[in-house]
Amino acid sequence: MNVTLGKDLIGLASLSADQLRLILDTAEPFKEVSERPIKKVPALRGKTIVNLFFEASTRTRISFEFAEKRLSADTVNVSASGSSVAKGETLVDTAKNLEAMRIDMVVMRHPSSGAAEFLAKRIRSNVVNAGDGTHEHPTQALLDLLTLRDKFGRIEGLKVCLVGDVLHSRVARSNIWGLSKLGAQVAVCGPHSLLPRGIEALGVTVFEHVEEAIHWADALNVLRLQLERMEAGFIPSLREYYRVFGVTVERLANAPRNLTIMHPGPMNRGVEIDSRVADGPHSVILDQVTNGVAVRMAVLYLLAGGKLELADAAKRGGGAE
Amino acid sequence: MTRPILLQGGRVIDPSRGLDQVADVLIQDGRIAAVGASLGAPDGADVRTVRGAIVAPGLVDVHVHLREPGNEDVETIASGTRAAAAGGFTAVCAMPNTDPVTDNQAAVGFIVRQSMRAACARVYPIGAVSVGQKGAQLAEFGELVGAGAVAVSDDGRPIASSHLMRTALEYARTFGIPVADHCEEPTLAARGVMHEGLVSARLGLKGIPAAAEEIMVARDILVADLTGGHVHLCHMSTRGSVELIRRGKERGIHVTAEVTPHHLSLTDRACEGYDTHAKMNPPLREEADVAALRAALKEGVIDCVASDHAPHAYDAKEAAFDDAPFGIIGLETAFGVTHTELVQGGTLTLPELIDRMSTAPARAFRLPGGTLQPGALADVAVLDVSSPWRVDPAAFHSKSRNSPFAGRTLTGRALLTLVAGNVVHDAGASRPR
Repeated sequence: MNVTLGKDLIGLASLSADQLRLILDTAEPFKEVSERPIKKVPALRGKTIVNLFFEASTRTRISFEFAEKRLSADTVNVSASGSSVAKGETLVDTAKNLEAMRIDMVVMRHPSSGAAEFLAKRIRSNVVNAGDGTHEHPTQALLDLLTLRDKFGRIEGLKVCLVGDVLHSRVARSNIWGLSKLGAQVAVCGPHSLLPRGIEALGVTVFEHVEEAIHWADALNVLRLQLERMEAGFIPSLREYYRVFGVTVERLANAPRNLTIMHPGPMNRGVEIDSRVADGPHSVILDQVTNGVAVRMAVLYLLAGGKLELADAAKRGGGAE
Repeated sequence: MTRPILLQGGRVIDPSRGLDQVADVLIQDGRIAAVGASLGAPDGADVRTVRGAIVAPGLVDVHVHLREPGNEDVETIASGTRAAAAGGFTAVCAMPNTDPVTDNQAAVGFIVRQSMRAACARVYPIGAVSVGQKGAQLAEFGELVGAGAVAVSDDGRPIASSHLMRTALEYARTFGIPVADHCEEPTLAARGVMHEGLVSARLGLKGIPAAAEEIMVARDILVADLTGGHVHLCHMSTRGSVELIRRGKERGIHVTAEVTPHHLSLTDRACEGYDTHAKMNPPLREEADVAALRAALKEGVIDCVASDHAPHAYDAKEAAFDDAPFGIIGLETAFGVTHTELVQGGTLTLPELIDRMSTAPARAFRLPGGTLQPGALADVAVLDVSSPWRVDPAAFHSKSRNSPFAGRTLTGRALLTLVAGNVVHDAGASRPR
């Protein structure tokens, strides 16, 4: 197989099905590394990676950092507060300074859509998008895909519904691309005030009632609802949102089949998801977190020039070269 | 007095008189002296053979931002009027969102003086509708007009208050000037950075729905009907706006409208790849909107083309899409883009395009110009409509480079631009002017 990822991972919209499968297949051997007593392989020894977070993040940043450290890369974390960014440095200056330090890779989260592509076009280092505005969050969707594949043994033909604030969700956009390219049927469900107008044109089904989505789907990916949406007038209250769109045990009880429940985190228990669902037997939410490290290891390894066939060897001690 | 100029053998197109024929044009004492076959050259005349080229009334742009005073790093009245002349424009109307805002007679006088000093294309200042463009208290229209303003506008900011729009339209009647509005319902457009549609959904960028413009177009037309004032609608971008204007005009309401070369030629797909040179307000819309705008310009529902020339520093546009400023420059590409897209594209005849870029805007704003009638001011453009040229922003006379047309091959550019019989642009000379 001659598939490669190219220089950067900006989003799933621009990846082919083969490229998506390459990442998921490469993640498989890396899963085992995290189960060892000594969780380290030398695949990226000598590589320098900057984690550049212009937006607060706990789980994504930690997940990337573990992935990098378990691949033996040297890493530096930069967060917006306290850095030159907070002192008014522009993104282009930040990019040029990173370039001048001859780093190998940048993992970036940024509040503006398109920021990752902007950076990737201007520096020679590999760029991994860790979430840009409301555009894409590719590694989150990849770990969702890996979790679904683990659970069902396939992606093709699965019915997956994204529930909640699709309008402001980069996770939703990346999932729509990734799932559709791998042959899943994709739906979205939420109040119309939180769905992009005309989203059907992306090839997704729209459900207005969460009960319909539950009736239809094999898996639900429940999106986080941010409190600010209420203040900005998109929904009347979190209480009503839970009443109308919350994924509850009672609603799931009426499903014709056992649904798999995913959530990208962090969860608002009692807003978009019932605690009993999040902690219940159909939740794969913690499997998603575990898979996140393996998928990110795979992405970093592939962008550094690693080959799928060598991933097993890399795991045992060889380098990426 | 300057030497007489004889433009020999060009195709003379004067939409003000329905003239389209090969003829000579004689210019003396800053005015058109004669238009006709085989005119003799007076003693000492500067005789220029312009066979194969178009001789037209100088182009008129009712909507430009010259950034002086306040942001002279990106444009000045001198550089902006040189760009205008290079684009075939002999007159431009300067929007008042300068720093400080052009909301008083002294500020208008400054622009008039700076334009006299530049001695290039004419500048007609537009005064602010409200003091500081804050949308509350009316500016002193009488004094603005006395100092040289030809219209009022809060462009860049929509006039949110319908009461302010009403009083502005009523009060402007005394002075016979249009109130030019940037139509945008601010709560619906809030934080939007591009057209709301499929492309914005894909890119994850906040959209500005077409309705944000159309609500204000409808309101302005209704308020113009209520008051009998003249409302001029800036940079129309949607097919819905076109229908509202059509109905308003059919009912005899005094409404005029403009459209930019970019809204006539580009769609929201230009934003793909987060190209900040495709970020402008109003945003680039959809194919169906472009088609409706072209048809409306042909029919006269939209009166004229205006560039909305909006210079920005190169590094301001070198940013994430959300963070980049709105707007592009257009004076040096306006004729090339519209000629290539609309005339070669088969929508307009060349005389129609010249009408929409010269005679019609002059009429809408009651400005001199837009005619080659003997006796009129000799504001003339000689245009090449046959040789393709490649847009190279580095060669622009404007101080800014923010053009979405960089690298495009266009047909249609100014060879020679005359203001009151003086050469202000000569593409054949080694240095312009």
